[in-house]
Amino acid sequence: MSESTTRDVLDPLRNLFAYDAAKVTVMFLGIWALFYAFGTQLGYGNTGLLALVRRVTFLSAVYGIVVLALNIQWGYAGLFNIGVAGFMAVGAYTVAMLSSSPTGAPPGLGLPLPIGIIGGMLAATLVGLVAALPALRLKADYLAIVTVALSEIIRIFYNTPAFADITGGASGFDNLPTNPVNALLLQDPTNTVSEPTAVGEVVFSFFSSFGVERFVAIPTVYTVGVLVALLVVYLVLERTGKSPYGRVLKAIREDETAAQSLGKDTQNFKVRAFALGCGLMGLAGILWFAMGPRASITPVTFRPNITFYIFIALIIGGAGSNMGSVLGGALFASLLFEAPPVVRNIITNAFEVSADPANLIEALVPIASGELMPLAGFLLNNIDTLRFMGMGLLLVVLVQRRPDGLLGARKETAAGVSLAADTRPGHSNAAAENGGDDDE
Amino acid sequence: MSNAGDDIADAEVPEDVDIPEDIEPEGADSEIEKGAKEVPHGLPLRVEGLRKEFGGITAVDGASFEVEEGSLTGLIGPNGAGKSTTFNCITGVHEPTAGDVYFRGEEVTGLRPHEIAQRGLVRTFQIARQLDEMTVLENVMLAPGGQKGESITRSVVPGLRGQVVTQERDLREEAWETLEFFELDHLATEYAGNLSGGQRKLLELARALMTDPDVMLLDEPFAGVNPTLEEKLLDRIHDLREQGLTFLLVEHDMDLIMENCEHVIVMHQGRVLDEGPPEQIQNNEEVIEAYLGGNV
Repeated sequence: MSESTTRDVLDPLRNLFAYDAAKVTVMFLGIWALFYAFGTQLGYGNTGLLALVRRVTFLSAVYGIVVLALNIQWGYAGLFNIGVAGFMAVGAYTVAMLSSSPTGAPPGLGLPLPIGIIGGMLAATLVGLVAALPALRLKADYLAIVTVALSEIIRIFYNTPAFADITGGASGFDNLPTNPVNALLLQDPTNTVSEPTAVGEVVFSFFSSFGVERFVAIPTVYTVGVLVALLVVYLVLERTGKSPYGRVLKAIREDETAAQSLGKDTQNFKVRAFALGCGLMGLAGILWFAMGPRASITPVTFRPNITFYIFIALIIGGAGSNMGSVLGGALFASLLFEAPPVVRNIITNAFEVSADPANLIEALVPIASGELMPLAGFLLNNIDTLRFMGMGLLLVVLVQRRPDGLLGARKETAAGVSLAADTRPGHSNAAAENGGDDDE
Repeated sequence: MSNAGDDIADAEVPEDVDIPEDIEPEGADSEIEKGAKEVPHGLPLRVEGLRKEFGGITAVDGASFEVEEGSLTGLIGPNGAGKSTTFNCITGVHEPTAGDVYFRGEEVTGLRPHEIAQRGLVRTFQIARQLDEMTVLENVMLAPGGQKGESITRSVVPGLRGQVVTQERDLREEAWETLEFFELDHLATEYAGNLSGGQRKLLELARALMTDPDVMLLDEPFAGVNPTLEEKLLDRIHDLREQGLTFLLVEHDMDLIMENCEHVIVMHQGRVLDEGPPEQIQNNEEVIEAYLGGNV
């Protein structure tokens, strides 16, 4: 009896965490182990190792957030938004305009950061709605056209010299808001070597006990914060998906007419899903570009290619699954984006690849005389570019072989309770009645 | 739908909202239903001078008919007679070029499909529209109206999600019962895309029923269904009629219509050719001619 009671209490927790959390934990541990190995291979010390692992983790986390946001639009509701970059730009620019110091150039309004972040998310939502309200009434293709066009309009708007006083024009918004971690840890947030605050004292002494320098400790703390944001976004979207709301979104994706014939105001559901997704894309843009270790708000950053990376990440993980989105985002960011240059460094360190042909022909011709080195050198030197060809190849293979993504997880049921066979009323296993339910 | 004020009110007085229907004992529940059905305000369905043109083609050309309370009315006619278009105009899928549709005495012409469905006029489709990548149970649980969890706020915010989960639990129970009624319970966790043609038709009917409809429009529910399953479906329809539902049925099989419907409407070239009890229809020369293709 007591044994079954414990099971009753722990089952919901197990269901929530056991499966999904295990996957994510294993994946992150795997990624960390891999990059730790890379780092040691390159002979990095603790500071360098942490910096490398931190960089991968940060990129994985921001990708996770924005892929999750795209998943609620495209994976759940089938809304084909290819303007992701534009919504991230609106978030990042707005927070900078609201919360940057009024004395910098271009000047901000100097509002508190939380207000800036909320403002940035709202602005991204509003811009999304402006695009979506007319386009959502039309077929899916039109939404795609409208969003990609809007994304470019946004970028060009921020790029134009006409508004350079406000937006910074082509050189970008240089006057970034104060990183909240700097504000937390340092007495003078603008100066990394200034006196630490009380909290900063503890944090820095913790890091320095491992021999890690301050300039790596600060972004590490920020990355932990982004991981927390990822967790919150995941939980919000997981609950949104596993609810009657998510069920209607899935129904819209499968057959909108059927959903309407059952009395669902599909337009309303689509608008809300689109707004929610755009708001979270704004948040991702803020965390990624407006502050933290990669902070840089320039129009070039928000070109459409970033949208396509995010789509690739979502397709890798499996559209329609929140867990798949997190995994896809992390795998894309680490293995496809960050790993190739690191591997290149390892190879060039370990072997003498001195050949440096200027183009593919110079690389290929020596093969005739049995020399492979020029080709290897060429491939290594151009790995930054070649990895995008690899991504394209991977996308083709994935779409053909695993159209549902690595996890194939469109098949998660959308309900606030478990819909397994043992939930049938009068089923002998009474524990199952509550066992599958989500937390409350 | 997602009204913050509502959310708070619901959180404070959970007994006071529309869940009681699911929680209260059977007796009270059916009493409410009976009450609603004993005082029908107006005919379930009345169509007046309905007309629908697609470019140069007039698919429906001034059709008028009525559907009696609690009846099983058959709508027949040769291919291209305008039956499906009539259905689409009634349920808001198409906007009629001219004419009016009244549901329970209220005009519903030109309303959007979901608004019509929410009033209790629910349809099924000629080609079943099961939601392939959703399980049978999900398909059925999608349908009911007034689901609290259709609000994002209520689904996400910790204090409010409790209500959603409670309602989901009741709904799941209702869904299992409905699936048992249609003998689909053994397929509950199967993906709808994996069902056979006949099972899809059953699922479509089960799903429509979960919306708690008043009048159901069935567009060829027996097409591609084997005779055994057809019997089963008919039994279900007769059961539901006894519970007070009204049916309008499009069907090609004359024998089936004549045996099961007490009122038959014959359409031909977009118009109502004749309507009345099956015996009358069977002896109408014009109808026979239309079906034999005499004057096409």
